[in-house]
Amino acid sequence: MIFSIILQKLKSAVTDLMPIVLVIAFFQILVLKQPLPQMGEVLFGALLVVVGLSLFVQGLEMGLFPIGESMAHALAKKGSLFWLLVFAFALGFSTTVAEPALIAVAWEAAEIAGQGGLIDPSQESLKQYAFGLRISVAFSVGLAILIGVLRILRGWPIHYLIIGGYGLVMLMTIFAPKEIIGIAYDAGGVTTSTITVPLVAALGVGLASSIRGRSPLVDGFGLIAFASLLPMIFVMGYGLIIFS
Amino acid sequence: MDFIYYFGKILFATGTDVLPILLLIVGFQVLVLRQKIPHLPRLIVGGVYVVFGLALFLAGLDKALFPLGNIMATQLSDPAFLYGPGIIVDQADWKAYGWIYAFAAMIGFATTIAEPSLMAVAFKANEVSAGTISQWGLRITVAIGVAFGISLGTFRIVTGTPLYLYILAGYMIVIVQTLFAPKSIIALAYDSGGVTTSTVTVPLVAALGLGLAGTVPGRNPALDGFGLIAFASLFPIIAVMGYAQLMQWSGQRKLKSTEKK
Repeated sequence: MIFSIILQKLKSAVTDLMPIVLVIAFFQILVLKQPLPQMGEVLFGALLVVVGLSLFVQGLEMGLFPIGESMAHALAKKGSLFWLLVFAFALGFSTTVAEPALIAVAWEAAEIAGQGGLIDPSQESLKQYAFGLRISVAFSVGLAILIGVLRILRGWPIHYLIIGGYGLVMLMTIFAPKEIIGIAYDAGGVTTSTITVPLVAALGVGLASSIRGRSPLVDGFGLIAFASLLPMIFVMGYGLIIFS
Repeated sequence: MDFIYYFGKILFATGTDVLPILLLIVGFQVLVLRQKIPHLPRLIVGGVYVVFGLALFLAGLDKALFPLGNIMATQLSDPAFLYGPGIIVDQADWKAYGWIYAFAAMIGFATTIAEPSLMAVAFKANEVSAGTISQWGLRITVAIGVAFGISLGTFRIVTGTPLYLYILAGYMIVIVQTLFAPKSIIALAYDSGGVTTSTVTVPLVAALGLGLAGTVPGRNPALDGFGLIAFASLFPIIAVMGYAQLMQWSGQRKLKSTEKK
């Protein structure tokens, strides 16, 4: 019984990874016409990836999804808007501020700004700039989840908020310094980590299904969309304030 | 031995990723909700699976796929490979970069299929739509969006056209589509933009962008290397809404043709 579940998970992990293997093999053999270097190491790595992915998916179903949903139900039942919003903000802020991808991007952005002569290129001021960037992104993700939760509770249609956000992004693109635009656009994508996404999705769907009159499909999704839109606005805003 | 140390480092990083979430959940359960967490042992086992699984996954990618992907991105954008050995070019010819566009599209598609956060969202979407949205259907649609987006993004780096023009045009398409797309898909479509770009796609795509901006004559990695991730999170939105519109349209056509009969 357990054996067949493990086998099934491993099988689907292999299917998930097959495209990457095929693309790399195709380009390596037919286009670049070179043998695959370090075959042993590559195969060992691929084995780790398959086992890791199967464990992760199993853990999602056992741990992350149920805890996200049970928190959402418990908070909805408690009926305190204040604590629900505090939870939403804290979830967004705390998962983003320590996100390794964000730390890397913020540091890169600081170095570019230093080389471009936009800020003082000393180590100290670079650190300060990168830290400011991280805090503004984390704050914006917290705010985004908060707004998203409020939207689910009130039943606001998502497209007005998102299109309004796009309008703001376009407007700020005109005024923001051009060195920060590429990073601002990318910041939207890197904020949502692999562990945050399932938890936030479970929170949204759980909330929408425990409030009468909300559909989990129409209202439950959308939290991640806010979390990738708001950081763009905040990073450009940060650039405007720092550089002028 | 080296590997154990290395794996420990990744495990530690994943652990720090989870720690704030853990503190938040425990804090809320104890201080605000004041109740026991249901099925606690199961949750703990699940949490351990998630952390270990993700760490193994990342270690494996780092060991096997990322180095290969990086080498291939540099080799493919090498002027000696593109223009033939010994030829010096000072102006990039966008027609010479065909293999780059193809590689970008294929690697974008392949990494999106293997993206764990997209799997999580597809699982949830399938569950709440009572099976109407199939997991593979959503994942393949999103992957096609990413493939097109990254391919267009590499074209932008090669030609050196400004990033914001593409993004603004993309936003326009999204806004127009939002007006016509079925209401039930909109939130999910917006979400699928954010989930495509995490653990697997970002490192490979960022390496491709920076490598390309470093080798294409006349490009500055600082200014032109960024932006691929933005493409990868915009085009899935268009793809998912487009797919839903297509389904709706063909459904209506079928309905009409049966009415006529």
